[in-house]
Amino acid sequence: MMLRRSTIYLGTTMGLILIMVGLFLHASGQVRASGSLFARKIVLVKQLELTDLCLFTEASYTRHLSMTDLSTPFQDSPMALEHFPTGALVEPPPHLVRNHGSH
Amino acid sequence: MAAIEHHRHILDFTLSSLLRRKGKNAALLSVYTLIIFILASVLFFTHALKREAALVLKEAPEIIVQRTLTGRYQPIPTAWGDKIREINGVISVRPRLWGYQYDNVYQANYTLTVPAGNPPEPGSIDIGSGISRMRAAHPDDIIAFTGHDGLPRTFIIRNILDNESQLLTSDLIVLSEKDYRDFSGIPAEQATDLALRVRNPREYTTIAEKITQMYPETRPIVRTEIQRTYDAVFGWRSGLLIVIFSAAALAFVIFAWDKATGLSAEERREIGILKAVGWETSDILLMKFWEGTVVSLTSFLVGTILAYVHVFLTSAALFAPVLKGWSTLYPTFRLTPFIDFGQMATLFFLTVVPYTVTTIVPSWRAATIDPDAVMR
Repeated sequence: MMLRRSTIYLGTTMGLILIMVGLFLHASGQVRASGSLFARKIVLVKQLELTDLCLFTEASYTRHLSMTDLSTPFQDSPMALEHFPTGALVEPPPHLVRNHGSH
Repeated sequence: MAAIEHHRHILDFTLSSLLRRKGKNAALLSVYTLIIFILASVLFFTHALKREAALVLKEAPEIIVQRTLTGRYQPIPTAWGDKIREINGVISVRPRLWGYQYDNVYQANYTLTVPAGNPPEPGSIDIGSGISRMRAAHPDDIIAFTGHDGLPRTFIIRNILDNESQLLTSDLIVLSEKDYRDFSGIPAEQATDLALRVRNPREYTTIAEKITQMYPETRPIVRTEIQRTYDAVFGWRSGLLIVIFSAAALAFVIFAWDKATGLSAEERREIGILKAVGWETSDILLMKFWEGTVVSLTSFLVGTILAYVHVFLTSAALFAPVLKGWSTLYPTFRLTPFIDFGQMATLFFLTVVPYTVTTIVPSWRAATIDPDAVMR
């Protein structure tokens, strides 16, 4: 006997919802299991006095985003365009923008 | 039960109707799924990264004091630390030594740093696993880097930093103060910046103000500002994301425009025939509701599942080329799947609901006209 189209659709949707719930359960399990990993990372941050994530290594101002200044991305000349691709991914740190002009 | 059966009959009919135009609807479903996949990937990735940054950087130095000269940071005299230590609330001041090294053989940038505790013996270093991978270097190997004077220095590798901490340490070279000063040429009475420990977090701002009054050319950066930096990273205003969000918004506008400006002649004829054979207006609206729901809910579910797999199970493979930029040394990391359910709900309401509504509205207009006029 051929299944009704609505049965196939509702079954598929239910299957997708179950997969999504399974992934969210996977996520919460991973978060719970990562406690010791984060503890190790926090020790490293303290020991090495780290201030930034190592997301990008191509330019100093995206490698140490919180430590950067406003001039470095435009160091070639005041009219030079910032030319590293990762510069297009990040915004300047809020404290730099807030303090702009005061230093 | 009768109501459920009624809905199922209409759903059966809707699915048959969608399958009659399978080419068009398959294309619609694919594009819709792709847009949700991209948006959900960006949301998953940025939220997980921000949470990770907030968690690990909560032990970053409480206040960093940089010295600036004509807008650029400069080495800071270590003697300034003695005066800063006298400020009430400051527990300790430690000169930090760190900087960059460009390796023109591998065209990679390294970050050199002298740790606060457990430094390697002079002549030995710890390296990040990114450097270890790129240079095929292992513990007890000898590795050479060119110093500030152009002469090579050789070091014995003591340790490779934890592979799972690549998001923090991939490009690091950890060395002793003696080696760092010899390597970089920074004089003994200077440091890159000063790291302060402060007794009370509520005093950060006051202490920072006192430091700038004491030394106007300094720039204090407090821990909360360091943490907030990564809230702004990948913010919607950053270049690439605004392109992605604009493209997605434009695609939704096109979808909505297509749906809201009216139905195709074939769809209008279908509604006319259904009215002529006795369907109620409410049945037609119900059919259109199911049509919108089938397309948008399926796209949402498939797009979100694929985004989760992409970001958390394949380490955001599609974003990797963008993240690497021009660098040859980059971390390979798998983010912990922190999920913001509020963001997911927002994505659902901004994608599924408008599409379903824009499917129903023009159909309501067609369904309320005389069937004879609709079919002409």
